[in-house]
Amino acid sequence: MIPSDNLSTPEEALNHPLKDWLNLNRFIFCPGCLIGTVITSITTCLKERGYTSKDYAIVSGIGCTGRASGCFKAPAFHTTHGRAIPFATGLKLANPELEVIVLSGDGDLFAIGGNHFIHAARRNIEITVICVNNNVYGMTGGQVAPTTHVGDITSTTPYGNMEPPFNLISLAAASGATYVARWPGYDTLRLQKSILKSLDNEGFNFIEVLAPCFIQYGTKNRLGDAVEMLEWMKKQIKIETDCPPHMATLDFKKGVIICGEFVEDKREGFTKRMEQIREKAKSKKIKK
Amino acid sequence: MNLKQSENDPHNKAILTSGNYASAEGAIAAGCLLFAGYPITPSSEIAAYMSRRLPEVNGTFIQMEDELASVACCLGASYAGTKSMTATSGPGLSLMAENIGLGVMLEAPVVIVTIMRGGPSTGQPTNASQSDVYQARYASHGDYQIIVLAPSTVQEMYDLTIRAFNLAERYRTPVIVASDGILGQMMEPVYYHSNFEKVERKKPQVPPEKYKPFEVFDDDLVPGMAVAGTDYYFYVSGLTHDIEGNPDMTPEGAETLIKRLCDKITRARPEINDWEEKYIDDSDTVVLSYGINARGVPEAIEQARQQGHKMGYVRLKSLWPFPDELMEKLGRQGVSKVIVSEMNYGMLIREVQRFQHLFEVSGITIPTTIPFSPKFIYKKMIKEV
Repeated sequence: MIPSDNLSTPEEALNHPLKDWLNLNRFIFCPGCLIGTVITSITTCLKERGYTSKDYAIVSGIGCTGRASGCFKAPAFHTTHGRAIPFATGLKLANPELEVIVLSGDGDLFAIGGNHFIHAARRNIEITVICVNNNVYGMTGGQVAPTTHVGDITSTTPYGNMEPPFNLISLAAASGATYVARWPGYDTLRLQKSILKSLDNEGFNFIEVLAPCFIQYGTKNRLGDAVEMLEWMKKQIKIETDCPPHMATLDFKKGVIICGEFVEDKREGFTKRMEQIREKAKSKKIKK
Repeated sequence: MNLKQSENDPHNKAILTSGNYASAEGAIAAGCLLFAGYPITPSSEIAAYMSRRLPEVNGTFIQMEDELASVACCLGASYAGTKSMTATSGPGLSLMAENIGLGVMLEAPVVIVTIMRGGPSTGQPTNASQSDVYQARYASHGDYQIIVLAPSTVQEMYDLTIRAFNLAERYRTPVIVASDGILGQMMEPVYYHSNFEKVERKKPQVPPEKYKPFEVFDDDLVPGMAVAGTDYYFYVSGLTHDIEGNPDMTPEGAETLIKRLCDKITRARPEINDWEEKYIDDSDTVVLSYGINARGVPEAIEQARQQGHKMGYVRLKSLWPFPDELMEKLGRQGVSKVIVSEMNYGMLIREVQRFQHLFEVSGITIPTTIPFSPKFIYKKMIKEV
């Protein structure tokens, strides 16, 4: 990761339309990285819904996107590697009124934290998980991730990756997520629509954001700089409506990346069911 | 007997229950409203009891997918202002290690009950042990201090779980209650009293716009804690941080933070450390023990004293931070020998050995699953004298 220059002058920062939601002092991302657009997309949605710091919390794990929680003027938690989702579960259970957003990377959420992801989706805890997928471990130096494509060069697959990647959309849908979408990180309008839907949906929401890493991934696979990589990705993007989750192809070799909304389901959330359990316990209907 | 007449007598209010249930009931008495756990013998009854009791008191029970998630969930709940607890046993505590470290770093009050069983690895799930004395203290990597309590009776499972919550809230730290397989499962009369103070965490001492999550205003080095869902916003990180929560990678940053995190616990030793002692004033030899294994000691000591041996005992109710002041006291009072009795191959004895300049140290340290009988302790003691 290359620390960026301070992009805003103090005057610009003071006049920033999202200044009440953003903390620009902790913005450490490489120039050209789409994590920044994801952060502004989330804050734009929070502003649109009129949420202030008492209404929501941001939780992240470890890695490049792990550092994103620091960019919010909110109760923001930078937790351990992979454990953002159970931490967020605790926040939500203790305060169901809270809008809890998990913002983390593909390695954090699906390798070390994979177990937590599938179980959170299964129990339909009402949180929103936004995964910034850059197909690689960026911060640790570009190692192979569970989202790296077959044949790709990373620092731990010098002869090419031999493992097939997870399809996160298919995984989230199979695990029981009630809202599942995938967007390229530059498509902020569609991304924001998805984030707003997630904020309104009382269930487990999953949004995969494609944000290629030109430093760790692009260089090793000769895909060019930040702009060239985005152009390369843009050519492959195909937006589809009503595509079943298992057909949500993401294949750089075939040159097909299907984006869109794949699951929109209504299922009773965990905290609602917990409330029913409390009523049942208090009415002593169960045998002790 | 007329029950009404004697209802003020605590013994008449006692019920017969197990250590695990007593610990769970103690947590509820202390104000615990969230339990996140994962089944593991011999601690599972705590989870089962909580799953029944917590919803009755508007609390939340959740069975997580593993122990890592259990502690993480408790930490999250703690930062939403809810007192939370998890319970586990040896292998589970191993899995909790990383998030115990996070709890220390985020200064999140949380209680972890560990019902010690034989190890290493899967070990003896259905048997008792005292072999997690070090794990409780040193589970996570890094330089930190933690509070570990050691109950010896089912009543103390109730009392010390309450105390664990109070200490966690008071010092903003994870607190571990180190019990064992026998104490967790066995039944004894317990009095579920309510004559104790409920401690709540320190609130932020400045308004939201001036709040820095790790700014300390008091001598106790404990910062005021803001929680999610209020007007306060803050960034807390497992990274070494400054008082604003910003990651701080400077050598001075590490020194300042680690010193404060450790000192806030060690400075509070006089308040945290607790033990029971008898005949210390006129003893040459003192037996030091804790937990289930301490229960045979008083009888052995009485027997020895009847035989004319000048012996006494101390029973630690808190293991960590280690009560250095107790060791110094023993030295001052002229104790010439301390015998450490524990159900492991020698753990806490090493802490006592730090005071070999004050007295001789020997041990009855056997990695067994059955607490030492008074007869056994007596025989061993007499041999040592």
